[in-house]
Amino acid sequence: MRTEEESDHAGRFPPMSQPFPFSALVAQDELKLALLCAAVDPSIGGVLIFGDRGTGKSTAVRALAALLPPMRVIAECHYGCDPQSPQFWCSDCRARPVGRRLKTRQAPVPVIDLPLGATEDRVVGTLNLEQALSAGIRTFEPGLLARANRGFLYVDEVNLLEDHLVDLLIDVAASGENLVEREGLSVRHPARFVLVGSGNPEEGELRPQLLDRFGLSVEIRTPQDIEQRMQIVRRRDDFERNAEAFMDTWQPQEALVRRQIIAARRRLANVVLPEEALRWAAQLCTRVGTDGLRGELTLVRAARALAALHAKRSVTPTELEQVAAGALRHRLRRDPLDEAGSTVRIERALREQGSQRE
Amino acid sequence: MNDGGQVDAGLNGTDAVLAAACLALKPSSFGGVALRTDRDETCERWLALLRGWLPARSRWSALPVHIDEERLLGGMNLAATLGSGRVIYERGVLADSLGGVVVIGTAERLPPRVAALIGLAMEQAGSDGFGLVALDGSRSEAEQLPPVLAERLALHVDLRELRPEAIHPAPLDAVAIETARSRITRIDVPHAGLQALCATAQACGVDSMRVPLLALRVARASAALAGRAQVAEADLEAAARLVIAPRARIDPGAAAEAQAQPEQALPEPASQRSGSQDSGADEKGSAGDHIADQVLAAARAAIPTQLLASLGAETTALRRSGASGRSGAMVLHGRRGRPAGVRAGKPRMGARLNLLATLRCAAPWQRLRRAQQAQHAARVLVRVDDLRVTHFRQRSETATIFVLDASGSSALHRLAEIKGAVEVLLAECYVRRDQVAVISFRSKGAELLLPPTRSLVRAKRLLAGMPGGGATPLASGIDAARELAEQLRRRGLTPSLVLLTDGQANVGRDGSTGRERAQLDALRAAKLLGACQFKMLLIDTSPRPQAAARSLAESMRCRYLPLPYADARTLASAVRSAQ
Repeated sequence: MRTEEESDHAGRFPPMSQPFPFSALVAQDELKLALLCAAVDPSIGGVLIFGDRGTGKSTAVRALAALLPPMRVIAECHYGCDPQSPQFWCSDCRARPVGRRLKTRQAPVPVIDLPLGATEDRVVGTLNLEQALSAGIRTFEPGLLARANRGFLYVDEVNLLEDHLVDLLIDVAASGENLVEREGLSVRHPARFVLVGSGNPEEGELRPQLLDRFGLSVEIRTPQDIEQRMQIVRRRDDFERNAEAFMDTWQPQEALVRRQIIAARRRLANVVLPEEALRWAAQLCTRVGTDGLRGELTLVRAARALAALHAKRSVTPTELEQVAAGALRHRLRRDPLDEAGSTVRIERALREQGSQRE
Repeated sequence: MNDGGQVDAGLNGTDAVLAAACLALKPSSFGGVALRTDRDETCERWLALLRGWLPARSRWSALPVHIDEERLLGGMNLAATLGSGRVIYERGVLADSLGGVVVIGTAERLPPRVAALIGLAMEQAGSDGFGLVALDGSRSEAEQLPPVLAERLALHVDLRELRPEAIHPAPLDAVAIETARSRITRIDVPHAGLQALCATAQACGVDSMRVPLLALRVARASAALAGRAQVAEADLEAAARLVIAPRARIDPGAAAEAQAQPEQALPEPASQRSGSQDSGADEKGSAGDHIADQVLAAARAAIPTQLLASLGAETTALRRSGASGRSGAMVLHGRRGRPAGVRAGKPRMGARLNLLATLRCAAPWQRLRRAQQAQHAARVLVRVDDLRVTHFRQRSETATIFVLDASGSSALHRLAEIKGAVEVLLAECYVRRDQVAVISFRSKGAELLLPPTRSLVRAKRLLAGMPGGGATPLASGIDAARELAEQLRRRGLTPSLVLLTDGQANVGRDGSTGRERAQLDALRAAKLLGACQFKMLLIDTSPRPQAAARSLAESMRCRYLPLPYADARTLASAVRSAQ
């Protein structure tokens, strides 16, 4: 018989093998940039990755999470509440006696996979059947959303996700909170995560509401340059044959990126957002015709995160231009039968905007 | 049977045996094998061979396709827990199989949720995990191994054409395998070899970077088995045949011929480099190119002919999960939807326990049970038989199959009109979140042009390029439609059929010409289809309403719609009302 600790869902299968180092990823610059921005400012709201299988989407996400500095969590909390921000605490933590010193521990930033066809119970959590039947106690068994709190929720083939799960994700991603009212349970816990979805648009369309939830979107392809392809295979092969030595080799670069993220997070609040940049963003959004304000907001936030990453004091059109395609591409109104890419439209608008300024 | 030299190498079983040997070295490092097989003696021999070569005491477990999540990943053993009054856990099949092999029979029927969980487990465990042997018995393009698994299985082997005698171990034996196992990590891969594999994958239109990586491992295994210290050309070719060729989306030869620009067809890094670098590098580069060409030839030869015929249609994954459509038939016992009562059953694979009903069932027995098990720890004694789950009622998703008569007689009059109509219907399907599939028939037979998909972009692109002309093999078209519809129904979808034809058959089921015979065959096929009771609609596309099409509709027991001069929108509204 296993111990209580092992009965946790996380212990159901052997733990994740060592993730590939982030800095050793070949090419895919846009993807890396989008993930870094989301890591610096989680309020950007997640990254949507369009691309075929085997383009390294999931590898990149896991690599980034492994790179992030471990987070401090309240020791007995199931949801990994942050001792520093009581405003986001779960009901259990709020109920803890005030004044006593909180026990905390370090935990790695979680990357939780939401598998296709997962049941609603697994995702939101449910009545703990074991407790209910053997001891007659009504307790809540946290689901995937609880485990993803403060980390990443990775949904592969997000465009094939069933409708009722999509509804749920939209709701939780918007409120940052998972509300469970079922089977006589009434639980409310924080579920603030960076949503990373990936999919192949050829296999199905994404609901516009969910599309809008993603802050940035990236279209990735396998590099077509043979040298780069060989480099990918070679590095991956080296990594798999001797992960330890490989990690040692890449340690300096990994540390560099980690420092860059930490510094950017610290600088983020102090990055100035001049009037001119705001006007620029608004103009671009009108030009390409995005629905709603979220596009504009994300564009500005992503540009600010980028400025922080590059250690700049204020946001300039250079940053805005760099993230424009990612922030707006998936928000353009489109005809389901229209094949023309949104990226092209944004690039055209950027050119127009540029020439107008000169 | 076949006179191509390379194809023979596949047909005499050498490759199949090599695949077994590679996998036996370390099952998890190759992901596993996708085995196309009819589950005959050949398959049994292959499995026995693999099992014999695995390291001693390796786990070998079978996994039924309808396994529940608890058994798969581990969790609480409900029966034992209730019996003893304390929580008892069991390990899942996958956790039990670490370092060993998991065999899945009829893997093409694996539900997407199970496939997704297995794929995730493979990714998480990496090379500490297990190897998967997926027995794929699919008979048509619409059935296939879940792509999430097919992608992760390095070796793709087709056993269907092999005789049982073709599977013999010689010259390999257990000792040779053991030696190879100890050598494999030390096998060196030259730069040119890696380049050859990458170039071959690229030329075959294989974009996933997993594929060249898996091919590299197979090449290394092949070298180890042959007793070489370095990967040689033969190993690269074997890897190309086993790993890259079965996934090819482009016929590399055809692409090279069709496109004059070398940078599009076969990348030649050597020629790009030669300008800036010294002659030494140039020489080395052209040697690499030479190998790349050879490997390319091997891959092309092993591509089955059916693949070439239907290129592009089958590569994109099928949408298989059961999301809700709007007008499908009601499915009971669904895991979701509206609650529709309570029934006895275990809460497994998403069925939700109804606690209240369970306790209500257990209540009358408490005194009796307490008398039997006085020292039982639990407050309420619940047995497995008491368990009640809520079941749900849900509409299943609709898949609309368009069967298009693209023959000369039809094309002449209004193929363009038909295309327009289908396009309008597609937009309709998009709104309803239906899946669509397109079958067309002309000259010799029927063809599944578009496997069920939700991607309108693909459907539209395909329609634009759809050729017309030739004879009318109506019977084959109807047969193909029936097969696809039945498959979809088995998968839990609700198929509806739209047949657009003028009913003028002139090619029989067996391919023979002759109007009379062809009409008879078509009517017979239509009767068969009618017996299946799908939602159907026949649209007569001839310039004047014909008796032939009308009698066809009668045989199919479906609505007949003569549309002498319809525009696309009238046609669309007719289809709408038929559903």
